[in-house]
Amino acid sequence: MADTKKKAGNPIIKKLLGSNLTWSVVALLVLIVICTVFSDGFLSLRWNDNTGGLAGPLITVLQESARYLMIATGMTLVISTAGIDLSVGSVMAVSGAAAMQLLVSGVNVWAAILLSLLIGLAIGCFNGMLVSVLGLQPFITTLIMMLAGRGLAKVITSGENTDAGSVAGNGPLKWMANGFILGIPANFIIALVIVAIVALICRKTAMGMMIESVGINPEASRMTGIKPRKILFLVYAISGLLAAVAGLFATASVMRVDISKTGQDLEMYAILAVVIGGTSLLGGKFSLAGSALGAVIIAMIRKTIITLGIDSAATPAFFAIVVIVICVMQAPKIHNLGAEIKRKRALKEQAKAVAA
Amino acid sequence: MTDKQPIVVMKGITIEFPGVKALDGVDLRLFPGEVHALMGENGAGKSTMIKALTGVYKINAGTIVVDGKPQQFNGTLDAQNAGIATVYQEVNLCTNLTVGENVMLGHEVRGPLGINWKKTHEAAKQYLAQMGLENIDPRTPLSSISIAMQQLVAIARAMVIDAKVLILDEPTSSLDANEVQDLYKIMRKVRDSGVAILFVSHFLDQIYEICDRMTILRNGRFIKEVMVKDTPRNELIGMMIGKSAEELSQIGAKKARRAVDAGEKPIVSIKQLGKKGTINPVDLDIYGGEVVGFAGLLGSGRTELGRLLYGADKPDAGGSYELKGKTVSISDPYTALKNKIAYSTENRRDEGIIGDLTVRQNMLIALQATRGMLKPIPKKEADEIVAKYMKELNVQPPDPDRPIKNLSGGNQQKVLIGRWLATHPDLLILDEPTRGIDIGAKAEIQQVVLDLAEQGMGVVFISSELEEVVRLSDNIEVLKDRHKIAEIENGDTVSQQTIVDTISNTTISTGKEA
Amino acid sequence: MTTATRKAAKATKATKGFSFNPQMIPTITAVVIFILMLVMGQALFGTYARLGFFSSLFVDHAYLIILAVAMTLPILTGGIDLSVGAIVAITSVVGVKMTMAGVPAFVAIIVMLLLGVVFGLLAGVLIEEFNMQPFIATLSTMFLARGIASMISTDSLTLPEGNNFDFISQDIKIIDRPKISHDLTINVGVIIAVLVVIFGYILLHKTRTGRTIYAIGGSRSSAELMGLPAKRTNYIIYLVSGTLAALASVVYTANVGSAKNTVGVGWELDAISSVVIGGTLITGGFGYVLGSVIGALVRSIIDPLTSDFGVPAEWTTIVVGAMILIFVVLQRAVTALSGDKK
Repeated sequence: MADTKKKAGNPIIKKLLGSNLTWSVVALLVLIVICTVFSDGFLSLRWNDNTGGLAGPLITVLQESARYLMIATGMTLVISTAGIDLSVGSVMAVSGAAAMQLLVSGVNVWAAILLSLLIGLAIGCFNGMLVSVLGLQPFITTLIMMLAGRGLAKVITSGENTDAGSVAGNGPLKWMANGFILGIPANFIIALVIVAIVALICRKTAMGMMIESVGINPEASRMTGIKPRKILFLVYAISGLLAAVAGLFATASVMRVDISKTGQDLEMYAILAVVIGGTSLLGGKFSLAGSALGAVIIAMIRKTIITLGIDSAATPAFFAIVVIVICVMQAPKIHNLGAEIKRKRALKEQAKAVAA
Repeated sequence: MTDKQPIVVMKGITIEFPGVKALDGVDLRLFPGEVHALMGENGAGKSTMIKALTGVYKINAGTIVVDGKPQQFNGTLDAQNAGIATVYQEVNLCTNLTVGENVMLGHEVRGPLGINWKKTHEAAKQYLAQMGLENIDPRTPLSSISIAMQQLVAIARAMVIDAKVLILDEPTSSLDANEVQDLYKIMRKVRDSGVAILFVSHFLDQIYEICDRMTILRNGRFIKEVMVKDTPRNELIGMMIGKSAEELSQIGAKKARRAVDAGEKPIVSIKQLGKKGTINPVDLDIYGGEVVGFAGLLGSGRTELGRLLYGADKPDAGGSYELKGKTVSISDPYTALKNKIAYSTENRRDEGIIGDLTVRQNMLIALQATRGMLKPIPKKEADEIVAKYMKELNVQPPDPDRPIKNLSGGNQQKVLIGRWLATHPDLLILDEPTRGIDIGAKAEIQQVVLDLAEQGMGVVFISSELEEVVRLSDNIEVLKDRHKIAEIENGDTVSQQTIVDTISNTTISTGKEA
Repeated sequence: MTTATRKAAKATKATKGFSFNPQMIPTITAVVIFILMLVMGQALFGTYARLGFFSSLFVDHAYLIILAVAMTLPILTGGIDLSVGAIVAITSVVGVKMTMAGVPAFVAIIVMLLLGVVFGLLAGVLIEEFNMQPFIATLSTMFLARGIASMISTDSLTLPEGNNFDFISQDIKIIDRPKISHDLTINVGVIIAVLVVIFGYILLHKTRTGRTIYAIGGSRSSAELMGLPAKRTNYIIYLVSGTLAALASVVYTANVGSAKNTVGVGWELDAISSVVIGGTLITGGFGYVLGSVIGALVRSIIDPLTSDFGVPAEWTTIVVGAMILIFVVLQRAVTALSGDKK
């Protein structure tokens, strides 16, 4: 309240300053600047004739961010309904494991892609059913799936880290992860197109509003004729499907699934991307553009850590600190700090005046 | 009596929320051995004032002196330690624990080996006995006793902490007449023991029956402190709304039932529709262009019948539901809306508004839901609908892009009515549309009800205020203990008394309990 | 909700004396399942009734019993502590590193416990001061603890010979029979676990803090309006669960004699499954420490059973996941039947 006077000047600047997107862009630029300072060639781009695309540190950031874009988009919708999907990392492992195992056992690459996506969708639907029909708490439901999913991935590959690198005809899948479209990483473009489609569906139909409505007040939503169960089911199903896409991106880049490492910790990255994007963990209003930017920032943070030469083992601790800092900054206590100090001072002065 | 010293003196209390001054320099004095009423319309600042005294809100300016000591409350515990106990409208006890545990929570009798449960339960029994609850075993789960009894348990808790001030915030709103009398008995007993009671209620009769002194607030400002016995009702109402009593416009006199043409088909006709444990099977016809009032006490089944008509609860098998002569099965709100039936809930906050969405979205969402998620309402049509109802219902402020949670209760209610009208219902069920909103908005909404019926819509009007039901309805369904007990055609001879008599003179054969 | 309560009120006004709480069903089910598993194991493999089996069940899973008690507290309030497994990792890595550097074991143990306190406190601060949901706050501290553990070392660290941790894992023979598999053996770790269970029982049922824990689980806002110290209690809960996780780490590390940054992965799920199987409502407000102990035993017996049945190890997590799911669904059904909860 105290600083409204100072900012009152220009409404556009005020709006920009108040927007999460602005700050995300600023954070992204700051990270790029840091990296450029520490590593001379960070901004360099060159054409690689072998791959038929651009190459350079920024390009690898885009390549890596594709998988985060997918899980962050699904997570945004889930969190908007006041839920959470902790199983995205495990779903990635499952779909990746399925794709690799299918390829190795001689299944056509397109069929393998389709089947592994269907498996992800099925897990998402299972989550959705438990949450919507049985009314279980999202975090416990998806925590169970996080555990069981990892087991499922191991069962699919019989505990092996299946490698499909030498399987003939894996070209399309390889291209999906490592190829280029007009010089830009294919997976990034595919991911952006998927995000755009989801965003378009949300905002051009009433789906976005209904998801938000269920997140804000499920009972009132039901009374308006919305079917909250349908909506809940839908968001978990979408999250499962998108996590499966992310699993394909993650495994196809090396054509190998690591059943314990593929997708590990990525639920945290997804949550982080959503939080950076400005969607409240308590549900309600969501911003897919914000989450997408958040996903790119996460890839950039990881790149920064590597560029600065920090041990990659520190990554989870570092992300944990970022989440904590962001949540602390969003806390009402911090927001009200100014007003609270002012209140205390006023009361003190009043007491003084009474005493005098 | 005149030189009695107040136990609580609040002076110049100011509380600010971002953008609003909820209280502006309000004074309040509470005297031991008195029941003090805090009066005001909704939004006057009553609940904010209570929260200042109970330490829930921190004050921005002003002083609170309890028993001679200046206090700065930083939480409910501080207020409780100063001897202030509160019983809220939604009873603030833990339903997962037993009655005795709730009474003694935080004050369990301790021995060398930790809590001594035997002595704790004995103590609880004593406190419960003071409240006239000697028949209740302290080991009974709290969830298994009635709300009225839970309120008494909450008061017993106040006795445990030896409160000097007892705040009762709308304790009667969910009690029936007998339960209210029981509560009064306890209140008088507590008052006579020297405790100061602060009482908040919307019912004027109750204030005049039980209170000694009152403080009137309006728009966050202090208006006056008066003795109840020296203040006629119209003067009180005038102070509360800032107008003289004569200015209060009254909507038409009693009306007679609209004549139903021979051979006219009802919009809705239900036969033996009921739900076990909620409402016994009911027969009911509702015609277009009439207002049907549901009258009865809370828990009589009036809301439950409304919800059943809307499919908010699923009816049991065996009943029939006819819509313009066609048999339908209304099993959820979606189906009801599809069949042109709309229901506006009594619980605006939890089941009505979707707080963070805008007024516009709140108004369109039901219509959108009936059309399906994938067929958005064209922008032009949406703009027209919103503009139309914002204007017709006089929604203030007239800005559809504001989150609905920032509107006052009355305006939220208008937006919700707009939401249902946008679906063009044949039957509109309004459950307590005027509860908790100021008198101006109340009159506007009552007028809307009459206009809608005039235009040929069937309206069900549910209200706890019999006077309102009698004034607006063509036909009154009287409910008692989950049964429909009578159907009264409105006319010159019908008054509130008619309904009260019907309810008190009808006994229900308990052969078939819902 | 209000109508439902009122309804229930009229129905039960007269019932007195006999009170069977349907919410006990999951706990009873857990006891029955445990016995059935033992009977089945005995019938098929003939080793499950031996004292030696019980000895190793308790000795090998003392840490899980401690974690189950630790997890019971936050879950009773409707919260959760996802960081317990990661706290085990960081404390064991730190403890073993210190011992390897020649620090006396008792100093190392104290440092380990203090680390648990710090992480518990951090979770408490995030939840209470900054309004973070417990699962987000402890998910963050989980990553933080795991990340720091990985920064310290990613190698498998072995306790040096002749360290003073040994006393915890030293076997104490209570019943000595000719065959080792018929001996009843415990160690200090088991004694610590028993003490922790007693501590948990006293805390929950004999102190006002314990009553406040249940009250918060019933309704946080009611507890606060009743003037109960909800904030302080929540601090205590996460402090205790963090500290007990560190204690579990001491017991476990002493038992296996080594540490690694990846130890304790998924243990939060084992602890949660113990608590949930033991009948504590995942939404809070109802449950017992002893139930969690039963739950921990059920969880512990799954491993020998699956291996005796020849089920591949990959399946264990799926079995455990399915079990938690079944019990959570059971709780949900029971709560819905008893009717007066949302």
